[in-house]
Amino acid sequence: MMEKVYFRPAGIFDGTVTGFCPGCMHSSVCKIVCEALDELGQLDNACYVQGVGCCGLAVTYLNMDTVAAPHGRACAIASSFKRCSPETLVFTYQGDGDLAAIGLAETMSAANRGENFTVIFVNNGIYGMTGGQMAPTTLLGAKTTTTPYGRNEAEHGSPMHMCELINQLDAPAYIARVTCADVPNARKAKAAVRKAFQYQLEGRGFSFVEFVSNCPTNWGMSPLESLDHVHNVILKEFPLGEFRAK
Amino acid sequence: MAEKIFMKGCEAVAETAVRAGCRFFAGYPITPQNDVPEYFARRMPQVNGVFIQGESEVASANMAYGAAAAGVRSMTSSSSCGISLKSEAISWMAGANLPVVIANFQRGGPGIGTIQPAQQDYNQATKASGNGGFRMLVLSPSTLQEAVDMTWRAFELADKYSKPVMLLMDGFTGTMMEPVVLPEPLGEEQVAAIRASKTWAARGRHGGPQHKVMCGPGLDTRISQAQMNERDAELYESWKQTEVEYEEYMTEDAEIVVTAYGITGRIAKSAVGMLRAEGVKAGLIRPLKVYPFPEQAFEKLDFARLRGIVCAEMSIPAQYAEDVRNVVRGRTGIVTALSSGGEVLDRAQILEAARSLMK
Repeated sequence: MMEKVYFRPAGIFDGTVTGFCPGCMHSSVCKIVCEALDELGQLDNACYVQGVGCCGLAVTYLNMDTVAAPHGRACAIASSFKRCSPETLVFTYQGDGDLAAIGLAETMSAANRGENFTVIFVNNGIYGMTGGQMAPTTLLGAKTTTTPYGRNEAEHGSPMHMCELINQLDAPAYIARVTCADVPNARKAKAAVRKAFQYQLEGRGFSFVEFVSNCPTNWGMSPLESLDHVHNVILKEFPLGEFRAK
Repeated sequence: MAEKIFMKGCEAVAETAVRAGCRFFAGYPITPQNDVPEYFARRMPQVNGVFIQGESEVASANMAYGAAAAGVRSMTSSSSCGISLKSEAISWMAGANLPVVIANFQRGGPGIGTIQPAQQDYNQATKASGNGGFRMLVLSPSTLQEAVDMTWRAFELADKYSKPVMLLMDGFTGTMMEPVVLPEPLGEEQVAAIRASKTWAARGRHGGPQHKVMCGPGLDTRISQAQMNERDAELYESWKQTEVEYEEYMTEDAEIVVTAYGITGRIAKSAVGMLRAEGVKAGLIRPLKVYPFPEQAFEKLDFARLRGIVCAEMSIPAQYAEDVRNVVRGRTGIVTALSSGGEVLDRAQILEAARSLMK
């Protein structure tokens, strides 16, 4: 008799084909989040707040309670939802345009209040869903559809580092930047998500996990090239690690 | 006989909301409604409710959305330009079928406007403040007792239809004081039962089906945009039969009808009394809800006898008068008595407008 050691997490609909582009790490992030929920026995007690953009595609994929947020407002909605439903495990699922541009005030303010929920932030350095415009996290020099001559510091400012920004605030309890661009890092990423959820379950306050992700479609790369790009270029701008675990 | 309490409008609304089982409020400072968030900040901890001062109007309205998604009776308030910012979330509440009560203590406009009382947001309130062409039930009180009664009803209506409901106040009704009789508060068991009855609210599956709080169409394949909008259109149409509410005063033999809502309705009523004393057969039509618009009240009028209608409102250009004009369709003359938002209408203007119809 053989033991089944690898299976689809219960939080992902049976038979569903992901709506994410081939090679996009969003599906890996979803899987890691669902595995962490399974391991903690929290899937049935979870509610995630969807951002707008590619992260919204998760709704076709994740079999758990959900509340949809207007673009950028996930952290405001998660704040009130969690306070009214403190026993529920609450996380937001947001991209960089959603969290760091249109939702910057909501993100920073929820972090500053130390709201007891978890943010899963998927940073691929671009607006994916709308076709590849510059995001706050786009690297200098990167050509996007709205920076056709490359992002330059004088005109567009430098990439924003959300973990580092949030790390300036007193209240947040857990801040980490991870990636699932390779297997060892994916294992660390899952450990970080588990830790963030554990912090929330213990009522320790705001937890924030940033995934450095990719966008083969809008970066104009093959999936494998995009992973090399993450390793060789992106991670130099966005270093991985635990910024805070208090 | 229930005890009468002398209260300020903002506080009477907030206290009634708490008594109606509201257990979440988020707001942002803006004059002339600061007494609302301040009252909730004091009061919510006493009833195990939640008050959050949002980082913006936008965030506050979205917080009210989030609390409603958890099944809690939820409210936010603001004034005019603040409602513009909240309109994103209000549109989402309409789309996601979330019951939230929104109070607008109107001030001048457009833009920042003056902080004084106004009725410049009529079109915004009654014609959909956000994108997508949705409608809300819009209740507009002219006394603080009405404000209390309507606040209570606003929560019931929001839950009944699972839609946002607006309380259309103004800087006048928000800041004046009057004696009011407050309703008996719901017990904690009743508050819990109301929440538990919202089986659609998100809370974690807990062995049951997935709860999804979201605007119908798009990635959620349960319903198409057309199905969702047709269903809402039917609901709005049904409100024209079930939710119209207005006061008629001395209209049976009226030759002049004065019509106004909110605080101006009260000024208009006293003008009608004065006109009657002068021997002018004047009457009043005062919508208690400005959406749905009380078409029936005007259809019932004996146009053969009428010498005209005076529409009074604190808005330049006129907004309410346009809806009256659309219903009357030229069957009698319409004159307006207007003040700019930010300046309270003088009763003398209504008298003058009415007398002009008698010439």
